[in-house]
Amino acid sequence: MTDYKNHLLVCGGTGCKAAESDEIKKSFNEVIDELGMEDETQVVFTGCFGFCEKGPIVKVLPDNTFYVNVKPEDAEEIVKEHLIKGRQVQRLLYKDPVTEEKISDSKSMDFYKKQMRIALRNCGFINPESIDEYISRDGYQALGKCLGEMTPEETIKEVKDSGLRGRGGGGFPTGLKWEITRNVESDQKYVVCNADEGDPGAFMDRSILEGDPHSVIEAMAICGYCIGADTGLVYIRAEYPLAIERLKTALNQAREYGLLGEDIMGTGFNFNIDIRLGAGAFVCGEETALIHSMEGLRGEPTFKPPFPSVSGFLGKPTNVNNVETFANIPVILNKGASWFNKIGTEKSKGTKVFALAGKINNVGLIEVPMGTTLREVIYDIGGGIKDGKEFKSVQTGGPSGGCLTKDFLDTPIDYDNLIAAGSMMGSGGMIVMDEDDCMVSIARFYLEFTLEESCGKCSPCRIGNKRLHEILDAITKGNGKEEDIERLKLLSNVIKDTSLCGLGQSSPNPVLSTILNFEDEYLAHVTDGKCPAGQCKALLKYEIIEDLCTGCTLCFRNCPVGAISGERRQPHYIDQSLCIKCGACYEKCKFNAIKLS
Amino acid sequence: MTKIKSVADLRKIKEEVQSKIKLRENSDHAEQLVQVKVGMATCGIASGAKETMKYFVEELEQQAIDAVVTQTGCMGYCYAEPTVEITLPGKDPVVFGYVNKDKAQEIIDVYIKRGELIDGVIPITFKTIDE
Repeated sequence: MTDYKNHLLVCGGTGCKAAESDEIKKSFNEVIDELGMEDETQVVFTGCFGFCEKGPIVKVLPDNTFYVNVKPEDAEEIVKEHLIKGRQVQRLLYKDPVTEEKISDSKSMDFYKKQMRIALRNCGFINPESIDEYISRDGYQALGKCLGEMTPEETIKEVKDSGLRGRGGGGFPTGLKWEITRNVESDQKYVVCNADEGDPGAFMDRSILEGDPHSVIEAMAICGYCIGADTGLVYIRAEYPLAIERLKTALNQAREYGLLGEDIMGTGFNFNIDIRLGAGAFVCGEETALIHSMEGLRGEPTFKPPFPSVSGFLGKPTNVNNVETFANIPVILNKGASWFNKIGTEKSKGTKVFALAGKINNVGLIEVPMGTTLREVIYDIGGGIKDGKEFKSVQTGGPSGGCLTKDFLDTPIDYDNLIAAGSMMGSGGMIVMDEDDCMVSIARFYLEFTLEESCGKCSPCRIGNKRLHEILDAITKGNGKEEDIERLKLLSNVIKDTSLCGLGQSSPNPVLSTILNFEDEYLAHVTDGKCPAGQCKALLKYEIIEDLCTGCTLCFRNCPVGAISGERRQPHYIDQSLCIKCGACYEKCKFNAIKLS
Repeated sequence: MTKIKSVADLRKIKEEVQSKIKLRENSDHAEQLVQVKVGMATCGIASGAKETMKYFVEELEQQAIDAVVTQTGCMGYCYAEPTVEITLPGKDPVVFGYVNKDKAQEIIDVYIKRGELIDGVIPITFKTIDE
C-alpha cells in the first residue's frame, strides 16, 4: 500500500473548475514532481465543498488546513512552506467575516459546518435494516428513559420546552399538541405518523423512513406513552415502496426485541404500530383528510374544530405528527430540551431538513439550524446556481408556498420569517430558479398541480383554481390582458378566504407571490406580448436578419410547417402566422442569421 | 432474537454492538478489513446502487479482500448518486460519488488496495449531534 504523508484536495466542483482549479492541480503536480515528493504527496480533485464564493478551495490533509481563493501560482508556496517547512500560508487562510480571525482548521469554520444533522443523524450512516446498529447509536434509549424514569407529563414538558414545532408545514408546537391529546378523556387514543409527503420536490420523509425507520417508531411509542395510546398508525403513500418495506422490516425487528408489543421493557406499557397505505393524494396530507382516508372513506377534509386531538381516527382522540417531527423526538429526550432549544431562532427551534432542487449545483438533502439564511443554503451549501447563471427566485413551501426574490436572500429561514415574506416553510422543498425561468409559467405549473389534487369538495377550490389556471394559461399563450392581473389577485384572495381546508386556502399563494415579486414580468406578458425569460413559446418570435442570411435554404428545408420562404442566395423570410416556434430554423442556421425575440 | 425486558438489556445490546464495531476497527487484522457502505435509498437505487453494491460484494470476494459491505440510507448527495462511503482501517471515512461499475473497480484498485485517493471525493460538510 502506498503510504502518502499528505493529501492535497483540490475542489473540482463546477464553480472552482471555472476558476482554474484544473490549472491549480497541474501546478501542484509540477512542483511536487520537481521536488521529488511524488511518493509522499498525492493531489486529488474532490466534489464541491459548497463554499464556491471563496473558491477555488484547497484542503491539506491530514491537518485539515483549508485554503481559499487559491491561484495556480500559489501552488509552489503551499508546497514549499506548508508541506516542507510545516508553516501555513497565512494569506490564503480563511478570515472569519465577523471576528476577522484567521481560521485554518476547516472543522472549526462556521461555513464548513453550516449543516447540522439531527433528524438525518443516522441517514447514510447506519444500515436501516439493522436494529442493532440503531441501538448502538443510542436508539431506543429515549423510550427506555421515558418509560423507566419519566412520567408522561414530564416527557411532554420536555418536548414543550424544546420548542419543537411540526415539520410538516404548519409549525404547530408539538408538545402542546401532545398535551391537548393527553388531556382529552377517552378509552382509546391513536398516534398517527403522517408520511404522506406530497409537495413536489420534497423527499425528506421518504429518506428518513428509508434510512432510519427506527427513529420514527421509537418516537411514536414515546408519543403513545405520553398521550395514553396503545396503537400507532403510519399513513404512507403506496408510491414509496422501499420506505414501506424498510418500515415493515423495522417494525418486525422492534416486535421481536419486545420494543413494540405488550409490556415494553417490563414497564407494563403496551404499544403497537400498523401501516396504512394511501394512494398518494396531495390533500391526504391534510390531517382530517388523512384520517378519513385511513377510515376507508374518501380522502376529503372536514371542518376543524373538532381537531383530531379531540375527535380523530374512528372518532377517537388522535395525535398526528409528521415523519421529520417524530425523528427529532428521541434526540430531544436523550440530549435534553435545553440542548435542543439553543439551536435555531427565538420562535423556531432546532433544525430543518430541506430538499434542494432546481437550478442549483448540489441537488440533495440538507439539514440546517433554523435561522440559516437562504444565501447560506443556496451558495455555501448548495454550491450556487448551475452554469454560473443569475439567481432569480427560490420557491419554498411547495404548491402552498411562494417564490422569494433575491431581496430575501439574507432573511434567516424560520416559520415566521417565511410567512412574513409571503411564502411558508411547508415540508421543506426548495426549488431554485434562475434567469431562464418564467415566473408566470411557474405559477401556472403549481396551479396545474393543485387542479389535479383538489378533492373537489368545495367550490372556491374546485372552480376558482380552474379559473386561475385558465387566466394564467392565457397569459403564457399571449392572450392575456392587463386587467387579468387584477382579476388574478381578486380571485386568489376569494379562494384563500373561502376554501374549506389548507389546500384551497394556500393554493393561490404561488400566484400572489409571483405577482407581488415579479409584477413586471406579468406586465411584459400582457402589455408588450413578451416573455422576458424566453420560456413562453407563444410569445417568442423568430426572425431572419437579412444582412446575415446567405440564402442557403437550410432553414427553408427544415421548417416543418413551411413557414419559411425565399429564393436561393437571397435573404429568407418567416411567415409569423404560420410559425409554430419550434426553433428548428434557429438551431440549423449556420450563420446566426435567425434571431429570437 | 431474545426480548429486551428492561433498560439494562437495551444497554447491554448497545455495548455489545459497539464493542463489536470497535473490535472490527482495532483488531490485529484490521489492516485487511475494509468497510464499504452503499447509499441505498430510492434515489441511490434509481441511479444504480444495487448493481454497484453487487459489484463490490462480488469483486471484493473474488479478490479475497476482507471487507464488510453494507447498505445505508440517503447521504444527501443526490446529485452524485450512487454514493459509497469507504472506511479503510484506522482512517477517516471517505465518500465517493457517481459510483458505477467502472468507478467501483477504480475504487477497489486504487483506493482500497493502494490507499491512493481518487478524483471526485465528496467532502463531508455537516455537523453531527455528537459534536
